[in-house]
Amino acid sequence: MRSTMIDFEKTELRLGLPGAGGGGNEGETSRNSSGKRGFSETVDLKLNLNSNSSDGNQVEDMKQKNIIPASADSAKPPTKAQVVGWPPVRSFRKNILAVQKDTTTTDVNKSGGSHMAFVKVSVDGAPYLRKVDLKIYKSYQQLYDALSKMFSSFTIGNCGSQGLKDFMNESKLIDLLNGSDCVPTYEDKDGDWMLVGDVPWEMFVDSCKRIRIMKGSEAIGLAPRTVQRCKNRC
Amino acid sequence: MAYSFPEEVLEYVFAFLSSHKDRNAVSLVCKSWYEIERWCRRRIFIGNCYAVSPQIVIRRFPEVRAVKIKGKPHFADFNLVPEGWGAYVYPWISAMVRSYPWLEEIKLKRMVVTDESLELLSKSFKNFKVLVLSSCEGFTTDGLASIAANCRNLRELDLRECEVEDLSGHWLSHFPDNFTSLVSLNMSCLGSEVSFSALERLVSRCPNLRTLRLNRAVPVEKLPNLLRRAPQLVEFGTGAYSAENQTDIFSNLVEAFSGCKHLKSLSGFWDVDPAYLPAMYYACTGITSLNLSNATVQSPDLVELIIQCPNLKCLWVLDYIEDAGLKALPSYCKDLQELRVFPSDPYGAEPNVSLTEQGLVTVSAGCPKLQSVLYFCRQMSNAALITIARNRPNLIRFRLCIIDPQAPDYLTLEPLDTGFGAIVEHCKELLRLSMSGLLTDRVFEYIGTHAKKLEMLSIAFAGDSDLGLHNVLSGCESLRKLEIMDCPFGDKALLANAAKLETMRSLWMSSCSVRRCPSSNVEVMDERGHPDSRPETCPVEKLYIYRTVAGPRVDKPNFVWTMDEDAVLRLS
Repeated sequence: MRSTMIDFEKTELRLGLPGAGGGGNEGETSRNSSGKRGFSETVDLKLNLNSNSSDGNQVEDMKQKNIIPASADSAKPPTKAQVVGWPPVRSFRKNILAVQKDTTTTDVNKSGGSHMAFVKVSVDGAPYLRKVDLKIYKSYQQLYDALSKMFSSFTIGNCGSQGLKDFMNESKLIDLLNGSDCVPTYEDKDGDWMLVGDVPWEMFVDSCKRIRIMKGSEAIGLAPRTVQRCKNRC
Repeated sequence: MAYSFPEEVLEYVFAFLSSHKDRNAVSLVCKSWYEIERWCRRRIFIGNCYAVSPQIVIRRFPEVRAVKIKGKPHFADFNLVPEGWGAYVYPWISAMVRSYPWLEEIKLKRMVVTDESLELLSKSFKNFKVLVLSSCEGFTTDGLASIAANCRNLRELDLRECEVEDLSGHWLSHFPDNFTSLVSLNMSCLGSEVSFSALERLVSRCPNLRTLRLNRAVPVEKLPNLLRRAPQLVEFGTGAYSAENQTDIFSNLVEAFSGCKHLKSLSGFWDVDPAYLPAMYYACTGITSLNLSNATVQSPDLVELIIQCPNLKCLWVLDYIEDAGLKALPSYCKDLQELRVFPSDPYGAEPNVSLTEQGLVTVSAGCPKLQSVLYFCRQMSNAALITIARNRPNLIRFRLCIIDPQAPDYLTLEPLDTGFGAIVEHCKELLRLSMSGLLTDRVFEYIGTHAKKLEMLSIAFAGDSDLGLHNVLSGCESLRKLEIMDCPFGDKALLANAAKLETMRSLWMSSCSVRRCPSSNVEVMDERGHPDSRPETCPVEKLYIYRTVAGPRVDKPNFVWTMDEDAVLRLS
């Protein structure tokens, strides 16, 4: 049946002004301009994707017109080819509709398989927070190094790089937790505050929503399993 | 010849002249007035950074305190000027650092500003007070950090629609604890989150703060705290205006807004939840300017808010307002002077809202003070344009964008020549006109005949021949800026009106049929290579002609060529 076959007329990209060839938009044909101008004929290019695309003239003309071929989104009616500079809309105003759809569904911090995972990092006593992209680090050690550098200007107790490195060493964990040294904690997807370092790195990146570097004395209540594990070992 | 007044008296009198035109006129009266005037001029406006060099400006005006410079041509806003074209502010700043140590104000539009420039200015001008960057680019938030840290007397930091590389939000935290002079802060174009506690402390300690435009990253729950610390605010821009369902946010907002008894301007409104709009109603009686161009809410919610503002003079809104919403304006906002309706879906094939020419006709009929219009729509008729022209002969700015290029009168299928002709005929004070839709050479006849006060004209996909351009260039006596894209205009009109080009600030032509140009300061932009490398019949991509006393510029990128005098003589 004809209706189920791909209508090649519609999918063929045409670079032309409306009414000058009826490119895929039924509503426009009734508004066909009465005076077809010579100018519009020179502009009316047919970019037939099946033909040899190395036709020098067409490429030349296309560059001259700076025309961006319309995206082939089968869900929407085919948009017309866009001419650079038209309509005269500033870049920041261009994607209002798309942005509106995004904001109804996503939380700003959700990484969800994308290539960024920005989380806020707060350090008790520091005047401002920072944000880090967890996906640029491959291990807890790299994260600790980066955080130490970032917050080196306000080391709270032993919150410098040594302090965080010691954290890797579970035998020192009890001392840290008992002392006033600082401890990295994070809020996970469920809203619970956990001790950084328990789960494998990838799992941490996926579940971490924000990081807080607390004073050790406050961190006692967290991740009792870890404390228990240390107690069992030592 | 004896002076009629001592110099000091003349200087005192000249100080009352604020308009640049008046100052320029005064300096032409006689040599002594020229001398006196140039020593006492404190404010300079340079409409095209390449029309003059920093050295020439400094030589003539040694005691300047405030500069305003514009760079790229207007069509750069729509990505028509390639990256790397120019308009760098650094040479200006480095020259001014040496010669204007007491400079207080820098206002730039469409210029490339680097972090280096910002750092240099922040460290060199001890009394620096005002930085306004409009549609500028090239800097990062590190540059802003230098400004915050070093400009101890800063009053205004206004970033309007700039493209800033956003490294982090902690530039704001660089304002020192003893910094209290802030009057205006506009960070609306920035993306990243600043420290809210730093922001709150800054707002608390600056008692003269009257303008605060936040960025999208400031959530609505932070607004009450900020507003409570700055009840004296006159201009306020929100961040994202929605939150998870929390009833105390609403009541806090109501309380905070009602405490702001001096608000005249509101903006921001990204991600609006309509349920939060009524929180502002108490603040609306004094509002004269409302920018809802980010607010993606439907007409009834928009109208509910707008009708709370009986003193509204300026409204920017998305086409979600629809014809139905615009109908409300004459009844509730009779003092409206400026209306801008932006498209929510400019690239969609079909209209997504019910906004037509009728909305504009209604407003033109019912708002007697309407003088400035920017309107995006998908259909127009000559009848509507004629009605608008007759209703509002006091229009001074009329920019109409019918989204389909060359769309004819949708009722008669004729060109829109008579409609725009009526606009220029009736609106005798029209300063700026942007046209769209199907237009033949006739519309340019009307424009040349009637648009005697017109200073800026923007044309796209219009006209049939060089006669169109010739009519504009020969008829529009006050024309200063002409920008043309995709029109069949060639060399003839330019050759015939070469002298006219000397009286204009600039002419832009892209995707037209110009092959060679007569003027001496012509920039040809062609990313395909030097114009001579193609056959004579091949038109150039882009042409930018401007008058200058500075000669051909030295910072051209490799895709820009300027014509020299010899070439001009050879080719004409």
